[in-house]
Formats: sequence, structure tokens, C-alpha cells
Amino acid sequence: MRSQGFYEIVSNRPLTADTFELRLSGNMDFAPVCGQFVNIKIDGLFLRRPISICDFSGSGFTVIYKIVGAGTGKLAEMKPGVKLDILTGLGNGFDLSAARGRIAVIGGGVGAPPLYVLAKELKKRGADFFTVLGWRDASQVFYRREFEVLAPLHIVTEDGSEGARGFVTDVLRDMEYDYYFTCGPMPMLRAVHRLGKEGQLSFEEKMGCGFGACMGCSCETLAGSRRICTEGPVMKSTEVRFDG
Amino acid sequence: MADMRVSLSGWQLDNPVIAASGTFGFGYEMAQWYDINLLGSISLKGTTAEARFGNPTPRIAECSAGLLNAIGLQNPGVDTVVKEELPRLREVFSKQAIANVCGFSVEEYVRVAQAFDACNEIALLEINISCPNVRHGGMAFGTSPAAAASVTEAVKRAVKKPVYIKLSPNVTDITEIAAAAESAGADGLVLINTLLGMRIDPRTGKKLISTGAAGFSGPAVKPVALRMVYQVCERVSVPVVGVGGICSGDDVLEFISAGAQAVEVGSCTLTDPFACKRIIEELEQRMEQWGISSLDEIRGRSHA
Repeated sequence: MRSQGFYEIVSNRPLTADTFELRLSGNMDFAPVCGQFVNIKIDGLFLRRPISICDFSGSGFTVIYKIVGAGTGKLAEMKPGVKLDILTGLGNGFDLSAARGRIAVIGGGVGAPPLYVLAKELKKRGADFFTVLGWRDASQVFYRREFEVLAPLHIVTEDGSEGARGFVTDVLRDMEYDYYFTCGPMPMLRAVHRLGKEGQLSFEEKMGCGFGACMGCSCETLAGSRRICTEGPVMKSTEVRFDG
Repeated sequence: MADMRVSLSGWQLDNPVIAASGTFGFGYEMAQWYDINLLGSISLKGTTAEARFGNPTPRIAECSAGLLNAIGLQNPGVDTVVKEELPRLREVFSKQAIANVCGFSVEEYVRVAQAFDACNEIALLEINISCPNVRHGGMAFGTSPAAAASVTEAVKRAVKKPVYIKLSPNVTDITEIAAAAESAGADGLVLINTLLGMRIDPRTGKKLISTGAAGFSGPAVKPVALRMVYQVCERVSVPVVGVGGICSGDDVLEFISAGAQAVEVGSCTLTDPFACKRIIEELEQRMEQWGISSLDEIRGRSHA
């Protein structure tokens, strides 16, 4: 359910040199679904910043963001006690009912956070799953322990400084699985999609509003045009179209 | 109680606040945030004859006090809008809306305008000759007085509903285009559409929007829009709907004082989905606070 509210910063701590975990408390009547996002108003900036929910409880939620520009830079400076104007309950989220058999949860970089709340939910439902997380190098890795306690975790780094060397697809090729959930950079999503299994992919795009009004984040799929913010960010592998 | 009612070519609105085209979809999705019946009206997403995806992403970028967009008239085509989008809007909106009519030729403008002219859900046709995000068509019709006149004349001949021409600010003298549209029979004018702008990533030198140049809107453009509305109101006698960076009740009072009959609120909705509702509330409070009994009483007062 879409709503707007003010959420107080409980903590805002660095997980790596440029990635932060922001814990917020406030009204949770919007009843989040795994894979949904929120849109945060940041003083001094015009557009809100859309960020996926990483975890939630009855009293608040957590997001993880990487500093990529002015907005996330300002967010990183914010202290506990500050209240943020946030639009919640945005996007469709993952459809867990469509999953079957052995499930691969596949994340790349700052695409990992929405998969954490998903993995928690899969664990709660007793699903048979494992997690593969890819990073550039060991210094980028976060939430290792959090993911580890939920299911077998395979870490991959491009330079081999932690876990296997290469890309998530190098690990996935040797794994048995029937279905997948993934979120990460576009080249990773394309490579995972190309492996041919059925699953769901969560996309990222620059957004104007985050709630379907401006058409800024549209993409073309086999089922027609879709707004990443409203019909997405999660798309079925059978609908996704990668050009080039 | 303050009287916020305004009329556009005989069509009565409860208040002057209209949601601007391209920032409110086809209206019905915004009903998830609040009862959209409190709006003056809604100008629907720009519509062409055929379905369009628009430009490749990224087509949105942040700016100081505003944003750049290069959506490129994404819409499902007029037949689908009439058959599917208008019935959905009717379920949640009991008032009439404004159709934003786009095209790449005079014939296309006429075809789209005629399709909306037959719809009870539509009160007024806003002819968009000012979209800066499509090649050919769009803004090309809004940057020459002769082209603006030819679209206006052709549409006027083909329809019964009032025809308002939405003007581009990307011209040397907007009053020339305004006068040409009025002479060609326009029932009113809407201004301004977005200003052409650009942003570049300072680290890589790469343009932030796929098309390079894109439409700039938001509070930053309000003084430009206000000046143009003022100038156009000096030149023409048809009603002018003011658009550009309106974010508060006071902004509405500025545009009405400059001569605007009504206003449209655009970019502000993208950062605050409740913007139009809040602006209507602020306007009513201000009118009561400052003893303005009706908007007619103050319209154009800055021209004295």
C-alpha cells in the first residue's frame, strides 16, 4: 500500500567505504512486500531518491545505499534523530508464490540488499535455496554474516580477493537450481538471464516520481512497455527483453 | 469563504489548480494518494495517434530546483486512451479532464483532437505544439507563428470543444506565437512547456540524459514562466493558463495577478504526490487571510 510518512533515523552506519546501512523507525501500516522500494526526500534536492527495502519489522525498516552522487552523499551525512519524508510501499516486489524447486538468490553489489529480506522470507517459508553474491573486490562485501545464517552463501569477486574469482554466472554454471531471484547491475542481470532458467529480476532506473506519474523509468518488455517504479522493479524472466 | 472558482471558455472549475500533463499520468493512479475530485481538473498525459515508447533511458535528471526530462511522449495511442484510460479515470474522477493533444503532422493533431472531441470525459483540448523531446513535430509547430497558426486553424475547424494551444518558451518572442494562435482561432493558451536544458556528469563528461538536451522544469523556471504569462496577457485577450514551477498557493496568486485565468501544477507533484491538494488548501487560506473574495477580483492586477 502506497503511503507517505516521516521516519526517524535510528542509525546510519558505513558497511564499506562508500556503502551505508540506514535504519529508520516509524509507521509500518504500509505493509512492505520483499523487493519493494521507498522514495526518500532529501533537503536541498528536488527529486526524491528511490532505494530498495533491505529489511523491516513492526516498528521500522532498513535500506542500504551506496554513495553515487549528491543525494546519497547528503544522506550519508545524516545523523540519528533526523526525520525523513518518505513515500513507502512503492513497486510490485517479488512474487514468492511463483518460485518452485531449488531456488538461487543472486545479487550483485548494491543489488544485494532487497535480496536479504527476500532470503529471510524464503527461510521462514522453509524454501530450498542458496545465495550467490558478486562484488568487485573484498573491500565491497557487506552483510556476509547476515546472508550466511539464512542459507549456503557463495561469494564471488572479480579479482578473487574473497571467495571465488570471476562473476556470479561462473559459480551458477556449476549449480543445480530450478528458479532464481536476482538484483544487481544491468550486465549481471543480462548474464544471469542468459543462463536460461526461469526467475524474477529486479531492475534499477533513474526515476522522476517513483509512483507511476511521469513515465521517466519505463522499459520495453516482451509484454509491452513497463514502468520500473510501478509494474516493476521486479520483472519475470519470461517478459524481460535485453537489447544488444 | 473564498471563491476559488474560475471558468475556461464557459467550463466552470471549482478552483484554478489543474494537474499538468505528463506529471499525473492518466489521472486514476493518483487517486491512490487522495480524492482527486478536489482538483480543478487534470490535463492528461500527452497523446499521439499511434502508441509511442518514447526515448531511451536515462530520461530523467536532477537539477537545482528542478529536473530535466526527455520522456518523448510515451503513450498508448489515442484509440487505447479513449477505450481504456478514460474509462479508468471515470471510475475515480467525476469531473471533466483536459486532453493533451500531440502530433507529428497537422493531420495527426486533427485526428487525435477529433477522437477526444467525441469524449464526454473531456472538456477542453490542449494542443501541445511545444514538446521539446521529439524530433520533427512537437515543438517544431510551436516555434514559428505560421506553423502554430496552421495547427490551430486545422484543429479548430475539426472540433467543437474549446481549443487551447500549449506554447513553448524556447522562442525569441513568445507573444508572437501567442498572437498567431489567437488570430488563428485559439480559444485560449497554456504556457509554458519546459525550457530546453542539459546536464553533464562532471567526472565522465557524459550527458546525463540519453537524448542530450531535455526539458527543464520545476521551481527554478517559475520567474521565466511568470514573465511570459504576463507578456502574453498584455498581447492577447483569450484566457491564459499559467504553468511553470508552481509549488504553493502564493505561486498561484502570482500567476493570477499576472493575468492567468487558471494554473497547472507539474513537476511539484513528482516530488510531492499531494502537491495539488496542498496548493488548493494554501490558496484558500491565503485568500481568506488577505481578504481576496474571488480570483476574478485580482486577476491581472499587476498590469496596472
